[in-house]
Amino acid sequence: MNKILFSSISKKFVMALAGLFLIVFLPVHLSINLMLLKPDPEPFNRAAHFMATFPLVKIVEVILILAILVHISWGIYLQIQNWLARPQGYVVKIKTRTSFFSRFMIWTGASVLTFLIIHFTNFYFIRLGLVEGNPENFYGVAHSLFKIPAYNYIYLVCFILLGLHLYHAFSSAFQTLGLNHRLWTPVVKVVALIYAIVIPLGFAVISITIWQFR
Amino acid sequence: MKLTLKIWRQKDARAKGSFVTYHMDNVSPEMSFLEMMDALNKKLVEEDKDPVAFDHDCREGICGSCGMYINGHPHGPVPGVTTCHLSMRYFNDGDTIWVEPWRAKPFPVIRDLIVDRSAFDKIQVAGGFISVNAGAAPEANSIPVRKKNADEAFDSAICIGCGACVAACKNASAMLFVSAKISQFALLPQGRVEAKDRVRAMVEKMDELGFGNCSNTGACEAACPKKIKLTNIARLNREYYKAY
Amino acid sequence: MIRLNSKIPDGPLARKWTSYKASVKLVNPANKKKIDIIVVGTGLSGASAASSLGELGYNVKVFCYQDSPRRAHSVAAQGGINAAKNYQNDGDSVYRLFYDMIKGGDFRAREANVYRAAEVSNQVIDHFTAIGVPFARDYGGTLDTRSFGGVQVSRTFYAKGQTGQQCLLGCYSSLNRQIKKGTVKMFPRREMLDLVVIDGRARGIITRNLVTGEIERHSAHAVVLATGGYGTIYYLSTLAVNSNASAAWKAHKKGACFANPSFVQIHPTCVPQLNEFQSKLTLMSESLRNDGRVWVPRTKGDKRPANDIPEEERDYYLERRYPAYGNLVPRDVGSRAAKERCDAGYGVGDTGLAVYLDFRDAINKQGKKAIESKYGNLFELYKTITGKDPYEEPMMIYPAGHYTMGGLWVDYELMTTIPGLYAIGESNFSDHGANRLGASSLMQAAGDGYFILPVTINNYLADQIRVPKIPTDSPEFEEAEKSARERLAKLISIKGKQTASSFHKRLGKIMWDYCGMTRNEEGLKKALVLVKELKKEFWSDLNVPGTINELNQELEKAGRVADYFELAELLITDAIERKESCGAHFREEYQTPDGEALRNDKEFAYVAVWEYAGEGKPHILHKEELKFEEVEMKERSYK
Repeated sequence: MNKILFSSISKKFVMALAGLFLIVFLPVHLSINLMLLKPDPEPFNRAAHFMATFPLVKIVEVILILAILVHISWGIYLQIQNWLARPQGYVVKIKTRTSFFSRFMIWTGASVLTFLIIHFTNFYFIRLGLVEGNPENFYGVAHSLFKIPAYNYIYLVCFILLGLHLYHAFSSAFQTLGLNHRLWTPVVKVVALIYAIVIPLGFAVISITIWQFR
Repeated sequence: MKLTLKIWRQKDARAKGSFVTYHMDNVSPEMSFLEMMDALNKKLVEEDKDPVAFDHDCREGICGSCGMYINGHPHGPVPGVTTCHLSMRYFNDGDTIWVEPWRAKPFPVIRDLIVDRSAFDKIQVAGGFISVNAGAAPEANSIPVRKKNADEAFDSAICIGCGACVAACKNASAMLFVSAKISQFALLPQGRVEAKDRVRAMVEKMDELGFGNCSNTGACEAACPKKIKLTNIARLNREYYKAY
Repeated sequence: MIRLNSKIPDGPLARKWTSYKASVKLVNPANKKKIDIIVVGTGLSGASAASSLGELGYNVKVFCYQDSPRRAHSVAAQGGINAAKNYQNDGDSVYRLFYDMIKGGDFRAREANVYRAAEVSNQVIDHFTAIGVPFARDYGGTLDTRSFGGVQVSRTFYAKGQTGQQCLLGCYSSLNRQIKKGTVKMFPRREMLDLVVIDGRARGIITRNLVTGEIERHSAHAVVLATGGYGTIYYLSTLAVNSNASAAWKAHKKGACFANPSFVQIHPTCVPQLNEFQSKLTLMSESLRNDGRVWVPRTKGDKRPANDIPEEERDYYLERRYPAYGNLVPRDVGSRAAKERCDAGYGVGDTGLAVYLDFRDAINKQGKKAIESKYGNLFELYKTITGKDPYEEPMMIYPAGHYTMGGLWVDYELMTTIPGLYAIGESNFSDHGANRLGASSLMQAAGDGYFILPVTINNYLADQIRVPKIPTDSPEFEEAEKSARERLAKLISIKGKQTASSFHKRLGKIMWDYCGMTRNEEGLKKALVLVKELKKEFWSDLNVPGTINELNQELEKAGRVADYFELAELLITDAIERKESCGAHFREEYQTPDGEALRNDKEFAYVAVWEYAGEGKPHILHKEELKFEEVEMKERSYK
């Protein structure tokens, strides 16, 4: 059983599934965040409240947290194995043509993780009562954060890196799941590109709008 | 042409290696890379120095013996050729060429540019076969195979086992190599009988030997002298899931 | 003094193998486990023999000098593998395949062996298909064939231009299966240094671990050599550069007779030598001559680029000399004609040792697309090697040493003149007579390994079941190891100035010039002197750096070249002795008025079997008379 769960392909399979789940989650998150652009805080706070209390969402939330944890820990585990597979490196760096961003997944992933920690400190931990703040008014919390320029810079950089992460992740997940097709794989790659631009752009637009225009 | 060579020299598996610089005059652009190495070795032997050890045999790109990591490229900068077919006309007068052995934990250096690739054999021993004894085969045409599948199986089967995929992969993963064999048999009805046991055994052995994990970078496909496709890896993944 | 017994079974030709199988002695499964067999070489014949013997339950030890059994030079065979399946309904049969082979070999092969090779060919195809060799297929899912080498039927199964690779990987996979089962133990990176003979029987080998330099002893109840041909005696050939005759030669010196050493096939269409450091000549499939026209300039030493030479100044010499066959003359004729033009000073390229193979007319007539679909991969290969584009300018080609029909003499059971020592595949003198037909080497090698040896070896081993495991501390092992060590030490101690390869190159040049495509008595005698002189120089001016106890590629080469000097003398002697022209052996003194090979069946319808008589003594010639019961000896005519 161990062999099955911890074989290289199984680990990648779990990574891909967790990753795909997160890929599905991101648009949901974005659509809620878009409500931040409304001058009225009510819809956003209501949505946030709904997400925090509705039982079904609760279940999904557990899965989400698990997906994040698994994706991160498996990612680090795989990366360590990969480093160990070449204890002595080359003097001349590998110049073979590859999908460029695939080479930096651990680093783009790590920066996304850094952001997640900040993000959780700001919101999730407030809700859990671990950090001070008003859990009834996330709209206000968000708006005040976006008014801090430094926060915005970090936010923007992280989302650019997330985009790079997503660009390879999206199509890579399909390959790992064994879904490679003469006709559909090129389509997946185009969708991946669009997705990797649109999602981070959406988040960025929200933060910049609030920072500059509200 | 005049060339400066920076070649990895290492006495044996335990010794600590280092780069040694050699200067070559009169390199003809018509030589292959290995013939240039022959010329260097001739010079070294005539000076009673140890020649550079490297694996090579057929010198026509099919046996898979040769393999040098040249200026950051397994088998050199020209795509689709093995080191023995790499022509010196792709280099310029005055170039400095760095030559390193394949680097991967499962491919330890034996001497100079020779590495031990027996890990590949071990993976094949684990399951890279169809269990039919000599004499037990049915009439050849009693097993029809769709032409498309036969052709695709052939395209996977042309892997020469040189190890360039592992050498090029930032994770030293052997997935392209394993997937080529898995694909060849997965595409043929003869191979389907043992498909599940085969893929489990070969992947398990691959992991055990310490190859890295595939992160779908595509370096293997780009470095493969036989242009084995990445689609094989997706098929390997599929076959693996089907096995459970 | 050796007495030859070919052990051909009685009865009509078509029944011989069947009746042999019905009466051959067997070894019961329980006893097989107690018997050890050594197989040297992992090409098509070695790997298939080892795996089949493993399947039967014997303990098999396999050795190869490469880092993996998958690299043996069978991997480089291109065209295909013959079988008498008659899938095309074109009138093929076992008899027809047999007849084509015996005639193609210019009636210098043993009838019964050739018939058997044809007979098992169908089983070989069945087996390869079953173990997953991806042969080309037709749209209906059945196996496709193509015609090859000028025979009138389509019987060649193929996997694009890589049939050898696919068949070898098939054998390699059956070998792996037995390794996993534990019946076969694999020893890669080992070189056989000597054969151990105890009480007249082959009982083991001495090997050198090429990584550590360690000298090892391995014992067995029987030893099988599957060590390939000796084409690299010419230095430049289509063979792998490390291919060698050493294992076979060591066996020869221990009592295995060598048959027809002078029968070497020179392939007409190879990429010529481009520089003085060239190590290898790559074959270009002879199918190219279907559309390519062969020519040289009419003027001696014309150095203009090919495309600047106008039509009327080109000499299409094959079309001129052989109007009926034109560019499609058989291999030996094409090779000799190219040599004749180049020797006369009309050769092209920097070395003057090349002729043009021109596709201009075919491209103009059929279009580039059509030519590309037929020969695209070959054109690509040519361009990779030479950097020149055959679509734009003619290819340059020249003949090169390719396959050795000669080899260790074996009887019908594939046993050499040493009891318990077998030779299979290209390493035996085999089934190809004086000339091999295209696509029959894979067929013979796999047939030997999968279906013939695993039957015949039982006949010997049945008497060996009471022989316990052979100890490796006997005086014979002691002595063999000692002499192997001494020889290595001797090679290293010369400390001269020249490399083994430079000697090899010079030896190759002598062999090529005087004992290549055409031979004459005067040249051969001169070659004998030259080889002896060079050999002397070798033993006094060779330099091998390093020691015995480490990976030492120069030492490996030196040992092989040293053996080639000895084999070269025998090869030349055999060529002198055979005063006729047959197949690949063309003696200029014996030709018809129009330059064709002139066979002498009355005096030379025999296999020349050479016995080693000891250091410095001349070899002893034995003759195995060839009796043809089924076929009539005819002149091979192409005009």
